Amino acid sequence: MLELKNVWKSYRVGALGSKRLVAVRDVSIDIAPGEVLSVVGESGSGKTTIGKMVLQLTSVSRGSILLDGADVTAKGHAQRKEYYRKVQGVFQDPFSSYNPIFKADRVFETLRESYHPQVKKAEWNARVEEVLQSVRLDPGSVLGKYPHQLSGGQLQRMLIARALLLDIKVLVADEIISMLDASTRIDVLNLLAELRERGLGVLFITHDLSLANYISERVVIMRHGAVVEMGETGKVFTDPQHPYSRNLLGSVPQLHRKWSDDPVEPEALQPDGDREADPAPLVKVGDGHWAAAG
Amino acid sequence: MALQVEDLRVHYRTTKGDVHALDGVSFSLEDGEIVGLAGESGCGKTTLGKSLIRLDGRMRHVGGSAVLDGDELPIGDDRAMNARRWKEVSIIPQYSMSALNPTRKIGKMTAELLRARGKSYRSLKGELVRRLELVGLSEKVLDNYPIELSGGMKQRVVMVLSTLLDPSLLIADEVTSALDVTNQKAVAETLVKFRDMGFVKSMIVVTHDLSLVYQIADTIMVMYAGRIVEKSPAETIIKAPKHPYTKALIGALPEVGLEYGDERLKSIPGKPPHLLEPPTGCRFRDRCPLASEECFQEPPKVVVDEGHEVACWKAEV
Repeated sequence: MLELKNVWKSYRVGALGSKRLVAVRDVSIDIAPGEVLSVVGESGSGKTTIGKMVLQLTSVSRGSILLDGADVTAKGHAQRKEYYRKVQGVFQDPFSSYNPIFKADRVFETLRESYHPQVKKAEWNARVEEVLQSVRLDPGSVLGKYPHQLSGGQLQRMLIARALLLDIKVLVADEIISMLDASTRIDVLNLLAELRERGLGVLFITHDLSLANYISERVVIMRHGAVVEMGETGKVFTDPQHPYSRNLLGSVPQLHRKWSDDPVEPEALQPDGDREADPAPLVKVGDGHWAAAG
Repeated sequence: MALQVEDLRVHYRTTKGDVHALDGVSFSLEDGEIVGLAGESGCGKTTLGKSLIRLDGRMRHVGGSAVLDGDELPIGDDRAMNARRWKEVSIIPQYSMSALNPTRKIGKMTAELLRARGKSYRSLKGELVRRLELVGLSEKVLDNYPIELSGGMKQRVVMVLSTLLDPSLLIADEVTSALDVTNQKAVAETLVKFRDMGFVKSMIVVTHDLSLVYQIADTIMVMYAGRIVEKSPAETIIKAPKHPYTKALIGALPEVGLEYGDERLKSIPGKPPHLLEPPTGCRFRDRCPLASEECFQEPPKVVVDEGHEVACWKAEV
């Protein structure tokens, strides 16, 4: 459904844009309806840039992003608005996603104004309540409140509810539970997994491997802007082929296994070389499992 | 015994009244022990760490005491505490990346800090360089401005500086939260190394990440709404937790190897009580699946096993 074809992105950085930073290098991924695809990587790996490009918050330097076969790059305001009917995003910090001066449910009202002006107020309110219930929120306890009166988990779920009101096909979820507490993050996580049943494709961007393991069928591991390994979650996490993936998995703190139980020295990795050059090609290492050579 | 905290109470002054952020916290720390302090945001874990080194303007020491190496810490007296900071009690702050002065080179900043404590930079420089090398930094960083270092490097610089005077107690407040997984592991292991090499005698590691603190701590304390609800050796608290809150917290942790299909993780319904007027009795009562009549009374501190204490009515011995 959503397809990234050999996408590159370079930013101009430094004084007057004198330098170029290649943030995403030759990334090709696709998301099917009813699938959660995780993009995992450390800071600076380019994972957020991918989300931004899918949401058209930043342009694509080379390559293309296709939604149902058609290029998504919008020409003009009307096309872009149409695109956001189908693709929406939720971001890391729920408190800065809302305007603290207005009540949190204003996000639903502005949505009606711009996308469904013909819908009557009463009917809209009924729709809002219905969608709030589908994200496991009690409408009575979240409507009419200011953002600071609600918890981070509630705010994030309201944003997901807002996206669902649009009949979206793809949801970009960029680190949406990193700021939530252990006791509430699971609600949001389980909700994302349930969205699959609605036929939604979710692009789940995270630095936390255990979250990716929990909700996605397929996972993409990125480093220095390029994909180093991708494939079915079970295969990538149990049998990582690229040394970088092995290092990452070895450093994840786990509850039932201590680092000191089997100390592994991190393997030597190739340094961050010339980012303008093509990254190492992906080689098929098993059924539904690819890893970068070298 | 390095540290003995007895019935510590610290309140925050707000316009609505006092917030009881620490409401009777008692624990002790052995020499050479690393204690992990875990809990959700707002449970008072950072407040506990801060109370042992510096109360900020809104915080008030209401009662209780902390005794470090036989000397009582003058918690409420900012000036008297100053003589002990860095030498006896030290902290690695939550945002240690911004703990460095951006207008000074690292070396110059260190020299100024040491002069303020009446120490000589020249005589300590050898040790400083040795320790920087221990954490994988070269002497050259002393000539760098903080902006020239990466987040992980700044973190390591701050760790070395905080422990330079061999404090007896080190408080590490969420030191790994802002780092990538590989850096996280390196920083956590450095903390253990510092303890093993005797740079610090004992350590309190404040974190919300149970699986991380399990890797390095000898003992784990779980806090909830301003109180310690369970304390036990790290192994025990993960494998055989007794308090319903600890159990729920562990039940809500996703892990590598766990998939949505196999086993659904459960969240903890509700939210922690407001500490403006904390409820009487057990504070986890409203969210607890086991709550009953007796939970309206203050829960007893039950010693389940050696070193394993639980504040719960339902804890069977």
